[in-house]
Amino acid sequence: MNPEPEIPVVAGVQNSVRKLSTPSQAEALRTSMVTIGSSLAAVVIALAICAFLLLITGKNPWDAYAKIIETGANGDKLLETLKRATPLIFSATAVAVGFKMNLFNIGVEGQYLFAALMASAIGTKLNLPAPLHVTAILMLAMIAGAAWASITAILKVTRGVNEVISTIMLNFIALSVIQWLFENWFRDNEAEGLNVKTKLLPTSGRMPDIVEGRLGGMFIVALLTVFAYWILVFKSRFGFRLRASGLNQGSATTAGISAKRMIVVALLISGGIAGLVAMQSVVGEIYGYGPNATPTAFGFAGIAVSLLGRHHPLGIVVAAMLFGFLDSTSAELQLAGIPSSIVKVIQAIIVLTVVIVNEATIRWLNRRTAEQTASLVVERVAVVPA
Amino acid sequence: MAENERTASGDELAVELTGIGKRFPGVIANYDIDLRVRRGTIHAIVGENGAGKSTLMKTLYGMHQPDSGTIRVNGVERRFRSPSEAIDAGIGMVHQHFMLADNLTVLENIILGSEPAERGIINFKSAHRDVHALAQAVGTTVDVDTPVSELGVGQRQRVEILKVLFRGAKILILDEPTAVLVPQEVDELFANLRRLVDDGATVIFISHKLDEVLAVSDEITVIRQGTTVATVLPKEIDRRELAELMVGAELPSPEGRDSEVGDEVMLRVSHLTVSQPGQRDLVHDASFEVRAAQIVGIAGVEGNGQFELCTAILGIRASTGSVEIHGRDVSSASTHVRRDEGLSYIPFDRHREGLMLTAPLWENTLLGRSHMTRFKTGPLINAREAKADCAEIIERFDVLTPGVGVPVFALSGGNQQKLLVGRELTSEPKILLAAHPTRGVDIGAQAAIWEEIRTARDNGLAVLLISADLEELIGLSDTILVMFDGHITATLDPASATPEILGTYMTGGNLEVAS
Repeated sequence: MNPEPEIPVVAGVQNSVRKLSTPSQAEALRTSMVTIGSSLAAVVIALAICAFLLLITGKNPWDAYAKIIETGANGDKLLETLKRATPLIFSATAVAVGFKMNLFNIGVEGQYLFAALMASAIGTKLNLPAPLHVTAILMLAMIAGAAWASITAILKVTRGVNEVISTIMLNFIALSVIQWLFENWFRDNEAEGLNVKTKLLPTSGRMPDIVEGRLGGMFIVALLTVFAYWILVFKSRFGFRLRASGLNQGSATTAGISAKRMIVVALLISGGIAGLVAMQSVVGEIYGYGPNATPTAFGFAGIAVSLLGRHHPLGIVVAAMLFGFLDSTSAELQLAGIPSSIVKVIQAIIVLTVVIVNEATIRWLNRRTAEQTASLVVERVAVVPA
Repeated sequence: MAENERTASGDELAVELTGIGKRFPGVIANYDIDLRVRRGTIHAIVGENGAGKSTLMKTLYGMHQPDSGTIRVNGVERRFRSPSEAIDAGIGMVHQHFMLADNLTVLENIILGSEPAERGIINFKSAHRDVHALAQAVGTTVDVDTPVSELGVGQRQRVEILKVLFRGAKILILDEPTAVLVPQEVDELFANLRRLVDDGATVIFISHKLDEVLAVSDEITVIRQGTTVATVLPKEIDRRELAELMVGAELPSPEGRDSEVGDEVMLRVSHLTVSQPGQRDLVHDASFEVRAAQIVGIAGVEGNGQFELCTAILGIRASTGSVEIHGRDVSSASTHVRRDEGLSYIPFDRHREGLMLTAPLWENTLLGRSHMTRFKTGPLINAREAKADCAEIIERFDVLTPGVGVPVFALSGGNQQKLLVGRELTSEPKILLAAHPTRGVDIGAQAAIWEEIRTARDNGLAVLLISADLEELIGLSDTILVMFDGHITATLDPASATPEILGTYMTGGNLEVAS
């Protein structure tokens, strides 16, 4: 039997009306428009900055942009854009999975190169019918990518090593390990000079093209991967726990979600997707791994694409296509006497402006949401008779 | 307004705020605030949590600028663009959460930011002399060479006050200075403040503890829903009238309620110890039981092992000893399993351990429950059910929000807490660990949360209640345990416990069992 604490009750708040108007669909639409609009504005700002850079280097920005648009108007460029976007989609999705768990995977570069070598080397030794062979090679690449990323996961979970540090370091280690493995074990000794590769994959291990010689089948795999990312991270229960851990590890832990487990799983998935980055080249173009043939630097471009797409599946596809398109114009720019490196400058400046503009937009939207919510609540308290 | 005869110099205004307005996202705005603080007085500002007291004091201290109104300090109109400008004008603030560097000494903390230096070299000799003289003048006895990490809460607060005085403050703002103190320390603090005021300083202190406000202040200004509603003299008003001014309504009488503690032991903690390498145990050999339909309160000054005890019971922190939930030993089980067995938790810090601020309300109420059948569609989340469930919680716990899709950061602290309490109670847990369940919420929400916890208790819930609010502890608990320095030092009957008795045990003053 206890004396209960003295409980004063505010009549106004207790008896007030419960129902508040819910934010309308129009409001949600407006928020999306603001978000998309801010990204477009960022691209325009970036182009303006680049125009200025071109001007001070003595080039005519109108000529450059006219050339880019002219190139884009040419229908042929669409296929090349999609092709160039393919590895970027994988890379950006791999980075995005990490971001959703608040992990910055800078090691996609090392993960995909390691995966490319292992998948090629083991893939040539397999003897399977056509569709299974390709699938097995892709699985091998994912396993190899995940295995390389697992080093980072183990270091982080057992020793608390920051993943930014370990992934950067492991990129360098990957290059050395790959070189050693290649030279001593996987090199096809029949090839000579700069063209050295692993033994070529048999026909059963090659991915058919969608459009002969212009667009490989890996583009479809990339779209399927983004779709799987969307379902897994944004719609599934596992993804919810992953995002919760990424948003606030303390809250997730008290809710019974093991942060360590999420770190390991997120890095394995990220590494697995990273393993597919060079597969367009491996199963679609050169049919193997070669130190000078396998494309590099997609791991870093993926970070930019993921940021530009705000780690959202649709955003990643659009951003990868924008980057792919800009890349596809560089040859024409070169021919027109405009340095093709301007494309890289535009890409870099777009990422910077998008990140800055997005941050400002988010703050503005957050502030507006807070104010609207507060004013709704204040109004409600105010209209209630005391 | 009647003249106060205690202070001869009281006619002069140290601070005069006129028509202050401030809009601030997520917080009820200040509007049309008038405040007149006479020099050489202790002026209390009272109001519910969220009434706008802290916003107002931040305006005065230059932490943000008012949208309208004027600030006069000692008769001169001022506009502070930053706290340093307010400090230059002789205003100092002691924050609710102390801002001291733990591994520096008292002296170093006090001079930090205004070090007496010659050509960049700190003159420790003169600093030592000055600080010592200041401490003596104020009448505090703190050894200035002790590292702050070795000080208790009351001493830390004295260091904060000295720090402000060292910078030449004549007007002191104290934000809820007694929230972290036990009754004995409160008396000491007020004696110190009185001495400062006698020496010509002016003290503005924010509180919602009415008894101490009535006991210590010369004048009281009441703030309600963002505006000043009255300025009164303590001798002209009693506690009840003051509370009614604060909430703007007549208070209902407190009603007593019988409760019967069940027989079943829902939570049994045996010899639980949380150790840290090379140092004293954070929790030492704690053993107790919580039965069905029982609220066991834990009293203690913050930082005496309550947090570690809770996190060990939850399985987040490694511990030795055993934890049993309803007869099942979960000592080596994961947090997930323990929660599934019926453990729920209202955390110490809702932002760090409870919510995802940028996520919508419905995802927040789903956190930790996404594996329940109701919210599953195969491996996917049933968002429709989760939103419906969130809407139910909003309805039942009276969360003020425009909808389930709003991010949590947009809600006021009290509404965030109600949402959190709702989430933890709707899963029909067997055991609730409730840490400061009503901290930072207004009186209306506090009453609602108490009522929910008591109803759940009557329906068989076992509650472990950790609170710094001694009245809450005494009022709600069926048994009170006292924690001091990681040990459970006493078991008290709330019927005979008073805040003073609890205070004595909480500071380790009397380790014999109370009668």
